[in-house]
Parts: sequence; structure tokens; C-alpha cells
Amino acid sequence: MTFAADSHAPREPEAAQAALEADAGPLPDTLKRNAPLVPAESTAGRALVTVIAILTFLAALAAGAAELVAGASSEWRSAISREVTIQVRPTPQRDVEADVARAAEIARADPRVAEVKVYSKAEAERLLEPWLGTGLDLVELPVPRLVVVQLRQGEEPDTAALKRALAEAVPTASLDDHRLWIARLAAMAGTVVVVALVIVGLVLTAAALAIAFATRAAVAGNREILEVLHFVGADDRFIAREFQARFLKLGLRGGAIGGAAALLFIIATGAVSASWRASPGGDQLEALFGAFEIGWRGYAAVVAIAAIVAGVTAAVSRMTVARHLRRLT
Amino acid sequence: MVRFDNVGLRYGMGPEVLRDLSFTIEPRSFQFLTGPSGAGKTTLLRLILLSLKPTRGLISIFGEDVSRIAGPALTGLRRRMGVVFQDFRLLDHLTTYENVALPLRVQGKEEASYRAEVVELLRWVGLGERMHVLPPVLSGGEKQRAAIARALIVRPELLLADEPTGNVDPSLARRLLRLFIELNRLGTSVVIATHDLALMDQVDARRLVLGEGRLHIYE
Repeated sequence: MTFAADSHAPREPEAAQAALEADAGPLPDTLKRNAPLVPAESTAGRALVTVIAILTFLAALAAGAAELVAGASSEWRSAISREVTIQVRPTPQRDVEADVARAAEIARADPRVAEVKVYSKAEAERLLEPWLGTGLDLVELPVPRLVVVQLRQGEEPDTAALKRALAEAVPTASLDDHRLWIARLAAMAGTVVVVALVIVGLVLTAAALAIAFATRAAVAGNREILEVLHFVGADDRFIAREFQARFLKLGLRGGAIGGAAALLFIIATGAVSASWRASPGGDQLEALFGAFEIGWRGYAAVVAIAAIVAGVTAAVSRMTVARHLRRLT
Repeated sequence: MVRFDNVGLRYGMGPEVLRDLSFTIEPRSFQFLTGPSGAGKTTLLRLILLSLKPTRGLISIFGEDVSRIAGPALTGLRRRMGVVFQDFRLLDHLTTYENVALPLRVQGKEEASYRAEVVELLRWVGLGERMHVLPPVLSGGEKQRAAIARALIVRPELLLADEPTGNVDPSLARRLLRLFIELNRLGTSVVIATHDLALMDQVDARRLVLGEGRLHIYE
């Protein structure tokens, strides 16, 4: 069947079009031919993008914070665990200088030790100045002497052998491997990381729920399109695919905006903290969080969260449309 | 082509809105479906269109018992029908051209493969100059013709038209009726739901009259 009164034989599409254009002039250049079946620009669509962007931003910030604390705590732990301190107590019966020299010698003999620094009496006394003030004569005080031992990079901080050797040769020496500090720091950092990860989980769950509601509202707003597609012979998979593609686009846009805003925020915070570095507060912050950089793993986490949020949007829209189609039939 | 045997329909626990409907629609036939407003004409069309399931009785479309088929098979049956809605149901964000091409596009066909056909049909229904226009800009009559063109583009075996002349003046109504008769002459079965007696008087065709949920047939 053809609709032109003077043509009865089927035509090839190109031939038919050429004939048609010869008969009635060319098709308008401005003729829009393949617009998306589900409009991307709508009030519900823009609201959904805003919701996705805000939730992605919050989730990405929480993930960035978790990575920052995890990275900083790992730096603290490795720095502290690579350092042990030998303390030699002065006693009237022993020559403290000889004991210090002997302790340093024993430490240097250990193959896992990279560097040994002996604090002189004057240096040891200077360490007390912050607590006792300057100008005091500490000659009469039995100030312990310190030998700071740096272990080699990558070595297990097992100091038992060193401890035994010291106990045999220098009875007045004791070895502090800071294990208590490390354990406390590890527990604190671990707690902060777990809390941050829980926040990421909660924000992502809230994001999924908010996206589900917003997507349902947007699908409801496009119900007429869905019904028309259904009645003109579109199968359920085609309709679900059209809606999913549209909502994936919205999810990607929202995720990209939220993720980019989070990255900018993290970079800006790093720059601000760098400018504060000279101040006493900045020093403390840097001591706690390092240089305020989240590293490639942090950036990857932000990108992954944006992608997960976009994926959730697409999946929820597909499920919502599928449920609506089931009701329609 | 379409066969109803003792079909009844009720919504929830309410009374039956359609009762004991038994009729057939033969290939290449032309009929009016009529009755007062609220008699159930649109509901009956939706039953044929497979968007409603009967609460009792048997419906067979193109030889298939609709209670035994689902999913893709239903879509396959629906693609053999064309439907003109009372309220047109054109998609406002698509041009007239895109709206008319929609049934072919949803079948996954390439735009180049149907472009000439769609333009030809648009010119045939007098919308050649309006193909790039969005529906909100079209007049009621133009929307009606676009909706009819969309139903015809797949060359349906069965055309269901719900009040297709309800929004147009008598002269355009006559023109549209001639279009349906021409389509029927080319082999399509046509069911026109209308309560326009003047329109029905122009054609000597079978009448299916719905009243109080029952169907009376005047051959």
C-alpha cells in the first residue's frame, strides 16, 4: 500500500525520497528527525540532577575524608614504628657516657638499624626546657640520656633481640618502641575511618532512596509518553531502554557535577591548608592530616561514587518503568 | 480477525460495565461503534487493543486467544493494529514528522528507511507543510490528522478510531471519513467509535450499538 494516488508499486526508500523531493520540493533542512523519545530537559529532570549532584558531593566528601584520615594514620604509624628510643638512666655506680656509647654500639650492630643518633647531655637537657623552663641548672638532676634509633625502611619493627642485647650489656638502659602510642593512634584512626565509611554508606543509601523517589516522580511525569509508546507497539524492553538511557544521562550529569564540586572542594581545602602551613594551627593540622591530599585512591573513590550514583539512577528508573508497564498490561 | 464470546468486564467489585458481548470483526470490514457517552465505547476499544483484560468470556485477536499470550506476543499483536485516540495523544516534544514516524521508530527501523513514506503520508493527509511543527502549534483538525497518520503509517490490518471527528468541523469530518473508507478499500478493517449520527448516515456500514453495557448489532 502506498499513500500517493499515482504510485502503486513499492519503491526503494532512496528512490522514493528522490521522487518525492522532485514532486514536492526538498525536505526542510531544519526537520528534526530523531529527538529523544523521553525529553531530557524538564523541571523534574533538573530537580533530579540537583538531588544527585548534592548527594554525590556529600558522599564524595565523606569518602575523601575517610581516605585522608586512613592515609595520614598510615603515615603516622609507619613513621613512629620505624623509630625506637633507648633511654639510659644515670646511676652513681656506672659511667653513663660509657653506657650510652655501649648502647649505641649495640644498636649499630643490629642489621635492621639504619641510623643511630646519640643525644648529648646538653641536648637531653634541652628537651626538658619546654616543661621546666630555661635558665635552670640541671647538673644535679639525673637526666636520662637518649639514643634515637631509626630502623630500616620496610623492616618489621621487631625490637625483642635489641631489647635482650641491651639488657645484658647495659642494665640501666631501657628500650621504648612506642607500641602503646601506635596502638592508640591505630585505634583512633581506625575509628575515624570506619565512621567516615559508615557516613559514605548512609549517604549512598539516602542517595539511592532519594533518587528512587525523584526518578519515580519523573517517570510519573512522563507517564503519557510511556503509554503512547506502549500503544504504538513499542515492546517493554524498548521503553525501559529509552527511559534508562535518559535517566542514566541525568545521573551522569548530576554525578559529574557533584563529583567535580567535591574534587574542587578538596583541592581548594588543600590549597588553603597549604597557605596556613606557617601558622601554629596549620602545623597541627598538617601533623594530623599530612598535606591534605587524598591521593589517586581518593580521586578514584570520588569518581567511583559518581559512577555508582549514575548507575543507581539508571537501574531505579528501569525498575520503576518495568513496574509501571506491568501495571499497564 | 477479532472475536468476542460472552465477554464481561467489571472494575474491582463494582457492577459489570460491559455484559455478554459477542461479535466478530471480519477482515476488510468497516463498522461504526456507537452509543451514548459513557456507554463503554472506549472501554471496548481498549479490550480490543489489549490494554484491558476481560473479567469473563473469550477474546480472540488475529486468531490468538489473548488470555493465553503475554509480553512480546501482545506487542506483536498490537503492532498489527493502528489506534486513533480521542485526545490524539501526540507527544508534544516531538515534531509532527517524528510523531507520525513513531510506530516505525519503536520497531527499531532506521530513519532513512521510512523517511519518504512518512513524508508521503503527511502530504496525503494535508500536513506536508506542518511536518516540522510541534503539536501544541497545530490546530485541532491538524492534530487529528497527525494522530490518524500515526495510526496508518504501519499499514495496520485493523484500525481503531475513537471519536476521530469529535474535534473537527463537518467538512473536515467528511474528508477524514473518506480517508477511512479509502483505507478500508485498501484492505484495512476499520472500527470507528462515534456518537455522531450525521457522520454515520453518510456511510451504509455495520453499526455496533452499545447501551447499558450490552451490544446490539445492526448489519
